[in-house]
Amino acid sequence: MLELRHRGGCSGPGGAVAPPPREGEAAGGDHETESTSDKETDIDDRYGDLDSRTDSDIPEIPPSTDRTPEILKRALSGLSSRWKNWWIRGILTLTMISLFFLIIYMGSFMLMLLVLSIQVKCFHEIITIGYRVYRSYDLPWFRTLSWYFLLCVNYFFYGETVADYFATFVQREEQLQFLIRYHRFISFALYLAGFCMFVLSLVKKHYRLQFYMFAWTHVTLLITVTQSHLVIQNLFEGMIWFLVPISSVICNDITAYLFGFFFGRTPLIKLSPKKTWEGFIGGFFSTVVFGFIAAYVLSKYQYFVCPVEYRSDVNSFVTECEPSELFQLQSYSLPPFLQAVFRRETVSMYPFQIHSIALSSFASLIGPFGGFFASGFKRAFKIKDFANTIPGHGGIMDRFDCQYLMATFVHVYITSFIRGPNPSKVLQQLLVLQPEQQLNIYKTLKTHLIEKGILQPTLKV
Amino acid sequence: MTELRQRAAREPDAPPEDKVEAVSESKDGETPVFFVAERWKNWWVRGILTLAMIAFFFIIIYLGPMVLMMIVMCVQIKCFHEIITIGYNVYHSYDLPWFRTLSWYFLLCVNYFFYGETVTDYFFTLVQREEPLRILSKYHRFISFTLYLTGFCMFVLSLVKKHYRLQFYMFGWTHVTLLIVVTQSHLVIHNLFEGMIWFIVPISCVICNDIMAYMFGFFFGRTPLIKLSPKKTWEGFIGGFFATVVFGLLLSYVMSGYRCFVCPVEYNNDTNSFTVDCEPSDLFRLQEYNIPGLIQSVIGWKTVQMYPFQIHSIALSTFASLIGPFGGFFASGFKRAFKIKDFANTIPGHGGIMDRFDCQYLMATFVNVYIASFIRGPNPSKLMQQFLTLRPDQQLHIFNTLKSHLTDQGMLTAATEDE
Repeated sequence: MLELRHRGGCSGPGGAVAPPPREGEAAGGDHETESTSDKETDIDDRYGDLDSRTDSDIPEIPPSTDRTPEILKRALSGLSSRWKNWWIRGILTLTMISLFFLIIYMGSFMLMLLVLSIQVKCFHEIITIGYRVYRSYDLPWFRTLSWYFLLCVNYFFYGETVADYFATFVQREEQLQFLIRYHRFISFALYLAGFCMFVLSLVKKHYRLQFYMFAWTHVTLLITVTQSHLVIQNLFEGMIWFLVPISSVICNDITAYLFGFFFGRTPLIKLSPKKTWEGFIGGFFSTVVFGFIAAYVLSKYQYFVCPVEYRSDVNSFVTECEPSELFQLQSYSLPPFLQAVFRRETVSMYPFQIHSIALSSFASLIGPFGGFFASGFKRAFKIKDFANTIPGHGGIMDRFDCQYLMATFVHVYITSFIRGPNPSKVLQQLLVLQPEQQLNIYKTLKTHLIEKGILQPTLKV
Repeated sequence: MTELRQRAAREPDAPPEDKVEAVSESKDGETPVFFVAERWKNWWVRGILTLAMIAFFFIIIYLGPMVLMMIVMCVQIKCFHEIITIGYNVYHSYDLPWFRTLSWYFLLCVNYFFYGETVTDYFFTLVQREEPLRILSKYHRFISFTLYLTGFCMFVLSLVKKHYRLQFYMFGWTHVTLLIVVTQSHLVIHNLFEGMIWFIVPISCVICNDIMAYMFGFFFGRTPLIKLSPKKTWEGFIGGFFATVVFGLLLSYVMSGYRCFVCPVEYNNDTNSFTVDCEPSDLFRLQEYNIPGLIQSVIGWKTVQMYPFQIHSIALSTFASLIGPFGGFFASGFKRAFKIKDFANTIPGHGGIMDRFDCQYLMATFVNVYIASFIRGPNPSKLMQQFLTLRPDQQLHIFNTLKSHLTDQGMLTAATEDE
């Protein structure tokens, strides 16, 4: 009877598959009685597998349908299964890379839109997994609330970004001024509305499920939305800060795979049995070299190197400036042992290339931990891929799992080592102060600048 | 058997009515005495503990901002501990010792990050003096991120084959708890630095609303408010609202008179301690307000002397009474979801620390957002500090923009230039 009730409690595609033997559930029921309170209703048996002690009790989530296009299947019908898979992956990889180049060509605004769509898709994928795990398709309120929270958090973050970078545009429009000034308050009010709706939507028999979905949504927001906004902040710093890290991660993925394919022998970590130490180390060195070369090539062009600015007169994004010292060729004297190898005394490099070594090292050494985290997540919830969006590759999240930490690292790196705070943000905050405070600061600034010799003391005529 | 189970499954908050009934059924002549003793005993325990906590609160206020900061820190750690313990109990994960270490490590990292930001803002001069502190503050974000990453990598390396889901759940649980508990406590400290009145009035309003809603519900309660908390009533809710607004007005009137509550907390380099000494801002100076016509006839005065802060206190108490309870409902829902009666048993009669602070969650964030949006702008010393790290050409550009802005506003004339 317990079995029937459990099966009846399932909904959505997860329930279509016959549940595995129920001895796990009985154990789950016992665990419930051992918990801090001994109150038990029959409804709790549904949660037995949610809080199970081991993973073996969890039913497998069936994979969605195969999305490989027909044309590709027909073209590769002659090859054996292994090479067919390889070809599909290869073709899709090349397609994604060319799409990437195309969007870079189209400019920063398109890149921002791309980042936003990827973020929304990743959020959707993770939330869908949550629904399947908790079989909560029959709580329609919650889908609305999840998307509402996504909207709120995006509004908050984009509002902060817009205020910083579009300062001139914002000063012009009255309504925007109002929105900016009270931005935090408005965002908080929006979030509160969602919070209160959540509390009011708590239904007697589904408390635990709803709290789980609430927490799942928040953790997903924390991961996807914050990362995507750091990516956009990096982008505004200069497209090279967006391109080099992402390319390093992609290159590390590909070269580690290739090195592992040809030379792989020693397994790296139990979580991902296909990864090997040879792939890891080979990928590290090739990524550093790749990053070095990519930095050299990209540093020449103003288009990549200059901070993205919004010009009010042309109403579009402009990347034109005097490149900073980071992107001006400098002569470095080689240490003696390298001198013997290269037979040169000095070499002309961009200082940025030194930074690119740090970025690529992070991408190859720590980036994979993001991948392991995602692998562990997939094993924990018994899914093969996050989704089936890209044939041969899985979902969008599968492609971007190694990028998680990279965006945060680049942002922290930039703020710590490269630049100080954003000048327009400082200016905007200055203009918001009380007049007496502004006057005080003005006087302090003046003394400071005169001391430094930046400002010449003016003589009264 | 199902009957027993159903009885045991009754709501956790229900008063022990059956106990009272059973007693009154069995012992006829002695019913009133027992009836009074049981119910009032609980009331007395709660009452005494409430007074003890309020007295404790006053003592700490008297001791000063530093002690307050430490108390906030301790409360935060205890709340974190309580919620994490519930997580362990729910997931039976005591046999994953790595995870306890990791949870506390993450708590340390996030606290380090937040306290570092606060310290840098408010103790700017102190930090500039000491060399090690200066380096720590310059690369603060990088160091915090590295610490967090170490914890993240340790988590990934600690994933054990049969316990993936459990570990991911605990990871998620820890992060959500950190989000709730640590961010709130740091906003509380930010509010404290703004002026102790911004710390005391909101917290007192929430406590007052709790007590008043309980009293009104006790004496007049009839219509239930929400299924989540059957003991709450509409009468309690509305009565508590009005009582809290009045209380907030009175309290802010009393407190606005004293400098030690009203001035921003500053760190004095010379005495190496916190000082609260300043010229009170306009918010805390008595002003005349014209009473609107309809209230004039009621009270019989034409104007009234009030502090502008009292108008703000109306907003704060309104939030405390109308939206604050949602934090309480959230915690009630949480307790029902995980079938616990109280978060812990730290305070007799009241439950754990979280039980007392559940309504405060949203209040601290609201006060902080309120201050940032309506009261003050950004922190001038923080701006100076950011300015000094800019490049010379950026500094010059900002200086010139500021100059033209001030000249437009008429603040800057040729005469003031020479000062």
